[in-house]
Amino acid sequence: MTASDQTLEQILNLAAAHFKVPREKLTPDDDFFKTLGIDSLQALDLLTRLEHHFRIELPDYELQGVSDFRTLADRIQARL
Amino acid sequence: MKSFRGQALSWTLNNGVVELALHREPCNEIGSLTLDELEQFAANLDSFSDRAHALIIYSEMKPGFCAGADLRELFSRSQELEPSEAVDGVRAYLERIHRVMNTIDASPLTTIAATHGVTFGGGFELALVCDLIIADRMTRFCFPELRLGLIPGFGGIPRLKRDLGNAVVRDLLLTGRSFNTAKLQQVGLVSQVVGEGESLRVARSTAAQLGKFDRRTAVAAKKFIKPIPYEELGREIDIFCELFVQPAVEAALKKFAESEDAQPYLP
Repeated sequence: MTASDQTLEQILNLAAAHFKVPREKLTPDDDFFKTLGIDSLQALDLLTRLEHHFRIELPDYELQGVSDFRTLADRIQARL
Repeated sequence: MKSFRGQALSWTLNNGVVELALHREPCNEIGSLTLDELEQFAANLDSFSDRAHALIIYSEMKPGFCAGADLRELFSRSQELEPSEAVDGVRAYLERIHRVMNTIDASPLTTIAATHGVTFGGGFELALVCDLIIADRMTRFCFPELRLGLIPGFGGIPRLKRDLGNAVVRDLLLTGRSFNTAKLQQVGLVSQVVGEGESLRVARSTAAQLGKFDRRTAVAAKKFIKPIPYEELGREIDIFCELFVQPAVEAALKKFAESEDAQPYLP
């Protein structure tokens, strides 16, 4: 498993646990707004949790237009 | 008045601690109603000084501490007026909120902002008037005003400059990005980062500790180390009003006001 795959896996696990969605229902290319059923405020909450989990800063403008887990993982991986 | 229950906020005084709770749906946007009640609070603040040693400001609303100025109200009111009248109205509104902020900033009580969630724009500025910020780890702080073609108008820049290095102030202001608690504790703005849902409890615990000190000494110490940047605060109002007349600001406020998003201030 590559570092990017590990990052992606951690994001999927964190999102599933926090938003109480079965992990097996989440796939890397899902639109996380739809799959998790979240709005922009909850997306900001997810960003904060990810920043704490990975101990990074991820400016919100880096996430503009990002709605799938794989691209989100790429953005995070670029800061690890 | 020892306690007050308004539509946008409430306060109580117990055991030497004043608690100011914000509870206007959806996220304590500061419009005319909140400003009226904040002015009532500020008018009463002096009367607490012989019975209280601390003030805690917190939010009862789930999304966060405060999402800032009520931009929908600002837009609709400005549309009812001629441009010159609208600027006069904005200036009067800013001068009123500055008086409230300056009163809390200069209060002899030791003041604590207990934050969580969205702490944006005017909400961030309200936290900045306090002596200490105790933040739930899920708090996010942001100055999104440049997205609207404006600068923060409730005293944010002069107070940030008072407390932080200029580079951090520029980052917050010029990028408009939101900062998490770890970042703002690292740069020295947030006093304590606590677990989710714990900021009010820790603020109360801190307020109890503050009550052990001699008040006269605490007041003298605060006055010595926390000057209020009145001149820069006045300049901020001037710059805000100069920018407010730009057509781009009206367009940005219109877009914001007409957005169906419940949280249009989010990135």
